[in-house]
Amino acid sequence: MALPFNILVLVCLAYVVFLFLVAFGADKRASQGGSNWLGLPLIYTLSLSVYCTAWTFYGAVGYAARSGLEYVTIYLGPTLVMIGWWWILRKLVRIGRAQRVTSIADLISSRYGKSNGLGVLVTLLAVVGTTPYIALQLQSVTLSFAVFAAAAPGGFEGADLSATALWVAVGLALFTILFGTRNLDANERHHGVVTAIAVEAVVKLVALMAVGIFVVWGVAGGTTEIASMIADSPISNWNINPGRWAGLTFLSAAAFLTLPRMFQVLVVENVDERQLATASWAFPTYLMLMSLFVVPIAVAGLNVLPPDANPDLFVLTLPLHYNQQGLAMLSFLGGFSSATSMVIVASIALSTMVSNHIVMPIWLSARSDEGATVSGDVRHLVLTSRRLSIGAVLLLGYLYYHFSGGGAELAAIGLISFAGVAQVLPALLGGIVWRGAARNGAAVGLIAGFAVWAYTLFLPSFGEAGIMSAQMLTNGPWGLEWLRPRALFGLAGLDPVVHAVFWSMLINTGAFIVVSLLSFPSPLERLQGAQFVNVFEHSASTKGWAHGGAEAEDLLIMAQRIMGADEAQTLFQAQASDQGKEGYLPDTTPDFIARLERELAGSVGAATAHAMVGQIVGGASVSVEDLMAVADETQQMLEHSSQLEAQQKELTTTARRLSEVNEKLTQLSIQKDAFLSQISHELRTPMTSIRAFSEILRESDLDHAAQEKYAMIIHGEAVRLTRLLDDLLDLSVLENGQVQLYPQHEPLSHVLDRAVAATSSLSAGGIAIRRNPEAEEIGLYTDTDRLAQVFINLIANAAKYCEAQAPCLEIKVSQKLGELRIDFVDNGGGIPPESQAVIFEKFSRLSDQAAAGGAGLGLAICREIMDKLGGTVTYLPGQSGAAFRVTLPVAM
Amino acid sequence: MTDQTSDLKIGGDPEPTVAVTLPRHVLVIEDEPNIIEAISFILSRDGWVVATHSNGETAVEAVLKLRPDALILDVMLPGRSGYDILQDLRANETTKDLPVLMLTARGQKNDRELAERLGVNKFMTKPFSNAEVLETMRALIEA
Repeated sequence: MALPFNILVLVCLAYVVFLFLVAFGADKRASQGGSNWLGLPLIYTLSLSVYCTAWTFYGAVGYAARSGLEYVTIYLGPTLVMIGWWWILRKLVRIGRAQRVTSIADLISSRYGKSNGLGVLVTLLAVVGTTPYIALQLQSVTLSFAVFAAAAPGGFEGADLSATALWVAVGLALFTILFGTRNLDANERHHGVVTAIAVEAVVKLVALMAVGIFVVWGVAGGTTEIASMIADSPISNWNINPGRWAGLTFLSAAAFLTLPRMFQVLVVENVDERQLATASWAFPTYLMLMSLFVVPIAVAGLNVLPPDANPDLFVLTLPLHYNQQGLAMLSFLGGFSSATSMVIVASIALSTMVSNHIVMPIWLSARSDEGATVSGDVRHLVLTSRRLSIGAVLLLGYLYYHFSGGGAELAAIGLISFAGVAQVLPALLGGIVWRGAARNGAAVGLIAGFAVWAYTLFLPSFGEAGIMSAQMLTNGPWGLEWLRPRALFGLAGLDPVVHAVFWSMLINTGAFIVVSLLSFPSPLERLQGAQFVNVFEHSASTKGWAHGGAEAEDLLIMAQRIMGADEAQTLFQAQASDQGKEGYLPDTTPDFIARLERELAGSVGAATAHAMVGQIVGGASVSVEDLMAVADETQQMLEHSSQLEAQQKELTTTARRLSEVNEKLTQLSIQKDAFLSQISHELRTPMTSIRAFSEILRESDLDHAAQEKYAMIIHGEAVRLTRLLDDLLDLSVLENGQVQLYPQHEPLSHVLDRAVAATSSLSAGGIAIRRNPEAEEIGLYTDTDRLAQVFINLIANAAKYCEAQAPCLEIKVSQKLGELRIDFVDNGGGIPPESQAVIFEKFSRLSDQAAAGGAGLGLAICREIMDKLGGTVTYLPGQSGAAFRVTLPVAM
Repeated sequence: MTDQTSDLKIGGDPEPTVAVTLPRHVLVIEDEPNIIEAISFILSRDGWVVATHSNGETAVEAVLKLRPDALILDVMLPGRSGYDILQDLRANETTKDLPVLMLTARGQKNDRELAERLGVNKFMTKPFSNAEVLETMRALIEA
């Protein structure tokens, strides 16, 4: 009666091998450039049929059997979108091509300022929304196996359904990995997979129609008979609930746009925008054909099969009931096709998202301290991460199936998934029509909508024994009635799905709009927003490869920007003359494009060049791998440029230092010249007297007194000269820091005694000196010879310059603020304020020094000595006469 | 004063015999006492009537008052430099042709150039030879 299980398995395997060959052949043709065939709008239309999963194949009949015509809403939504919102789809496809979008998460992330946070959010949402759906497919395949198992006469070991599901999951994972991650070169499209999906689309349509035809003409006996059966059945009596119809139609329309697998086939796998035009009528037709026999099959199943038969499996059980083995097998393959195509596309879409938005960012940030990576390395990683993601997605689906027990109604799971994924809709539609849509708005809307969905629909779906207690479902959390998950804010009496969709979409959209209006988008966000909303103004052409002059023009404009106008024009002219098109733009042949890319690579790096040429040529999309390679190059350029900048800075600093040093040297040179000039003067002056008088002495017969006098002058000038030389040498040693200090213990009084004694011999009987012996009883430990030299200078200055009638110098000693102060104050006229600042400079004699006989180096030497001894010597203004203060640190 | 005036007129006379016999007046503007003494000694012995002045600030006044036949001018003077004094003298009608010998202890090239630009008759660096000073003074007065 039924097929042996082994044969069933064999047929399945054979079918998979067949699909494998189809996919392999398509990939091969695509790589050989047979893109015309792949670009067939029919293939595109058929690939859209991943919308019709096992839920549609088996579940629609079950749905009709339970709820009448309501199942139509599931087809109505996509039909309305395809026909009525054709322009929205076209915009999505255009944006997808212009921005090289790889998934719906990528689109949202890219639109809102390339925010990876949003990408992660949408990815998580997609995974949560899709996992039950994958579980559903596994369940349908398993259930269909079980039908055959139950029908088998002796029965076979079909008890281990979970193992069957596991094997199906493993098989699908292998198939998806083989064809979903085979193609690594800068292309998110999967020609092989898409072709296999198209073949499966045909299989499921043929299977369902075959069952339908069998039911109408084989079982019922014609259209009239089946019409009367329908009229007699309860299906025709059920009332239509307008709210639920509107809600479900909206939901299926939203899901059609936002389901990851739908986005994959609609936008990412789209080769040519014009395919949409065909699909806009062909796909609704396909849906209509798919739904055509749903009601007859449901009615026949209800009439013919036992009441406890699962309506979800009527498509299988009806042929089996009439012992139509071949038809049952075809029907099984139809269901198998529905399930596998959904799982394959969904896992490709999800793995792209998971890999691009979760795995890669984590890996890149973990690797960021290791510097730039080679692009090959990244590609290998992308490959691995995609494969692992596919495995993980299918594993999640299997686990969900395993632990949920597969008890829930198929249609219910489908609707819950739809409602979850539909939360992306406000951000998606807002992003492509409203420039004001902002990242924060999208994020808040998504999170809020997702939370409301989870609270009102997803969590309660696990039943009263599940996560939410019955108590909570009926009375609300903490007894708050307005928070009841199925009657939020007191909105009771609605269908749970419609209730959840209403609140989640309302809150989602509201939050999205309000927060968007309140936030200030970043510059990148504004730019992306403008590019998305005005995509038709930005990208004039989406033609394929090697078409017409507009492209050559674009290439020329781009090349000029990178290579410079002259070089780019020379290259284009040379190419044009090679092609025999002198004076025109060259044809954009693959050879030329490859050549141009090589030329550009010399300027901006290979990955950037590839990405830029790819953007204009449009044949190959720019993949994440490309972008990362670009980022790497940019990073390297940035590093290089920051190195250059640092070098530049260093050079500037060095130049500034050099100029400072130069200025100092110039200043020093000027000072040196002035100093030499001064020394010259100081040396030549006594020399003049010496020479003049020595000549006088030699030539004249002078009297003895005159001889004596002139000889004395010569002697005096010679002494002055010697002292000057001594001072100069002393100052030179002090200034160069070569001076050797000889510290010794000696009381201050003793040092002053020595100084006074030395000066009294110089200016005999010149000046009276008053001292305070008690205050001077202080022990010193320093180079007291040098200190005495300072004292001698100060006393000698007072003796020389004090013009008082009775010149007097008072030496006062005090200790204050941790220093020892020795003040030398005379009773003369003092030093005028304007000169006080310069007296310590070399050769800064104030007046009439010839009489005093100094060279003007004394105070300069004093200052140097005190500096070496750790003290100071300063002029003390505001005293009765000239006053100098010498200080020394007390703890000496 | 009247004598000096007449002397000057006579001094301007090209007749050599008159020039040798009559005493020439020279003003020495210098601040080093020993140098003043040396110059005064050698010029007096050669028949010059020597006046001295050691303040830069009042030097021009002294020249206009004394009306010497020649001037010996130091550069580094208290109050005012020899260059400034020379500039004033050359700007004054009565002294614009006065023979001036400049003596300086700062014998650098630019010092000499500056002095010549200002119209000095002779520029000598200290220490000098007594004989050379005398010859120069004679030459200046005869020119």
